[in-house]
Amino acid sequence: MLNMKKVSKTYRTDTVETHALREFSLTVDEGEFVSVTGPSGSGKTTFLNIAGMLEELTAGTYELDGRDISKLNDKERSKVRNEKIGFIFQSFNLIPELDVFDNIDVPLRYRGFNADERKRRIEKCLDRVGLTSRMKHYPAQLSGGQQQRVAIARALAGEPRFLLADEPTGNLDTNMADSVLDLLAEINDSGTTIIMVTHELTLADRAKRNIFVRDGQISDGPPELHFAAAASA
Amino acid sequence: MFRYYLKLGSLSIRANPALSALMVAAIAIGIGACMSIVTVRHVMSGNPVAHKNDLLYHVQLDNWNPDDPYEDPNEPPEQVTYLDATALHQAGRAFRQTISFKSDRVVQPEGEDARPFQEEVRATTADFFAMFDVPFEYGSGWDASADRAEERVVVLSAAMNQRLFGGEDSVGRMMTMNKEPYRIVGVLSEWRPMPKFYDLNNNPYEGAEEIYTPFSLAISGEWGSSGNNSCWKPLDGAGYEAYLASECIWIQMWVELSSASERDNYMQFLDDYVEQQKALGRFPREVNNRLSTPAEWMVNREVVDDTVNVLLSLAVLFLVVCLLNTIGLLLAKVMRRTSDISLRRALGASKSALFTQYLIEAGMVGIAGGLAGIGMTWLGLRGLENVFSEYDFISYLMTMDWTMVLYAVLLAIVSTLAAALYPTWRACSVSPATTLRIQ
Repeated sequence: MLNMKKVSKTYRTDTVETHALREFSLTVDEGEFVSVTGPSGSGKTTFLNIAGMLEELTAGTYELDGRDISKLNDKERSKVRNEKIGFIFQSFNLIPELDVFDNIDVPLRYRGFNADERKRRIEKCLDRVGLTSRMKHYPAQLSGGQQQRVAIARALAGEPRFLLADEPTGNLDTNMADSVLDLLAEINDSGTTIIMVTHELTLADRAKRNIFVRDGQISDGPPELHFAAAASA
Repeated sequence: MFRYYLKLGSLSIRANPALSALMVAAIAIGIGACMSIVTVRHVMSGNPVAHKNDLLYHVQLDNWNPDDPYEDPNEPPEQVTYLDATALHQAGRAFRQTISFKSDRVVQPEGEDARPFQEEVRATTADFFAMFDVPFEYGSGWDASADRAEERVVVLSAAMNQRLFGGEDSVGRMMTMNKEPYRIVGVLSEWRPMPKFYDLNNNPYEGAEEIYTPFSLAISGEWGSSGNNSCWKPLDGAGYEAYLASECIWIQMWVELSSASERDNYMQFLDDYVEQQKALGRFPREVNNRLSTPAEWMVNREVVDDTVNVLLSLAVLFLVVCLLNTIGLLLAKVMRRTSDISLRRALGASKSALFTQYLIEAGMVGIAGGLAGIGMTWLGLRGLENVFSEYDFISYLMTMDWTMVLYAVLLAIVSTLAAALYPTWRACSVSPATTLRIQ
């Protein structure tokens, strides 16, 4: 499903060159729940951005469902992003001026669905995250956990092949975080592939497969060792 | 998606009321300044007979001083002599023709207490009314037989009829000018050709005359011209007869041809006429006749003053400055919304979709600016009207028609869209990953 081979990403300024990813290779199969951990600045968010086609890669190849992403133009990339990928962000990224219904509606608008289809999908997703009664509420009227559930509903509305979650519980307390993770696990059980970036090992344990990133590359061994090594350095 | 973009635009404008109001104000002030001058220029450069522009022609003959052209480099006089006017008119070679001049008479209203007043009168020929599509409320103009018979008839403007007869149908009634009786044969509807294309010699914006009488009657009554009167050599003798026989130019002549293709034929007629006159010892200069359409004639006489064009340039510059401010404000607004843009990109919006969304929002601001700009234009015109209030014709120049209203809104939309291009492009070029990561 997702296949990265020797992907590199370098950020350049006039004086500094930063290698965020170095020959990063990873394959994720359909239905997997993969957590990506690593210390700050290790490149895990860059990996997620490239996986979500929010950033161009500097070198290497990235295939999604067998298609070479680097050969797509902006419109094609946007279409792939809209149809196959759902994003969940740490800070929820809901649009404050839009109510819950309209927030979930955003990706569906770009998909070109008619009003009835959009309404059906939004109501179904809200039912799934348990927020049907909050349909006309604005983000500021919701708790953090509820906002993240709306964000998950928005990500699910397009029925994507996989979800990319960047620290999805980073702004939530423990109870809310558990609730969100339960929801992600349930979504994964229903067949959606999930890649979750987190720096918390306890959360990463909820995934079926853990990947540890360090200095822009996948490192071997269990994450605990690498965290310990990083801490003692 | 268009309706969705309209909804998003509306939400965005309401979410940033102060910034949106500033943008609308900047556009409105620029549009108001620009459109005030554009409106004045539009009225000044109007052509009241545009629908007949290729049929009506102003006649010029060069009877001037052999050693000195009337105007450099070699312009013929803008009026014709009595000799030529009457000869060409009597020849009747055009479909219609009219000769006329402006004079003034003392009008004595009815009633013992009514005070006499001086009024401008146009002495003209029968075709004047039909050629220039002069509208009548009551009656009609006189016919060619009245010209020949020097009948004591008049046509009144609507305003003069209101003043003398309270606006009633006065056809058949009598009025007095210079203690002589005149029979009213027609009353015009509102008619104020702007500019007064048929006689641009004095003030092109002073409006049409209030009273019209037969040219022949005025000549037999030895009326003088109150318009321009130029002579290049002394009169051969004294008195009105000598004046009529002179080379002085003081009469405006227009012809209406049956088709534009007749122009060459009529010009040939004029050339032949001048050659004939040369044989009689007149027209010492090279043959230099002119036929000008109303539009050509108004350009020739520079009806639109250069000052207005300079003012227009300044007004356009002011609009550009306002638009530069709008660009800055738009830039500030969209750059504040990079998170929204990045999020939409992540959710599947292409750059072109976002570009369209933000241009539609800018267009909405432009429409609001245009509508407010119409108000500013109205204020600007009233301001100009107050500044130049000593001129009684000024209010006619400060008139906005629907065309100008439409232009104002269109100019605002186009200007705002142009101003929005750079900020929108900048916003759409932001890397979504960068913005989403920062949050």
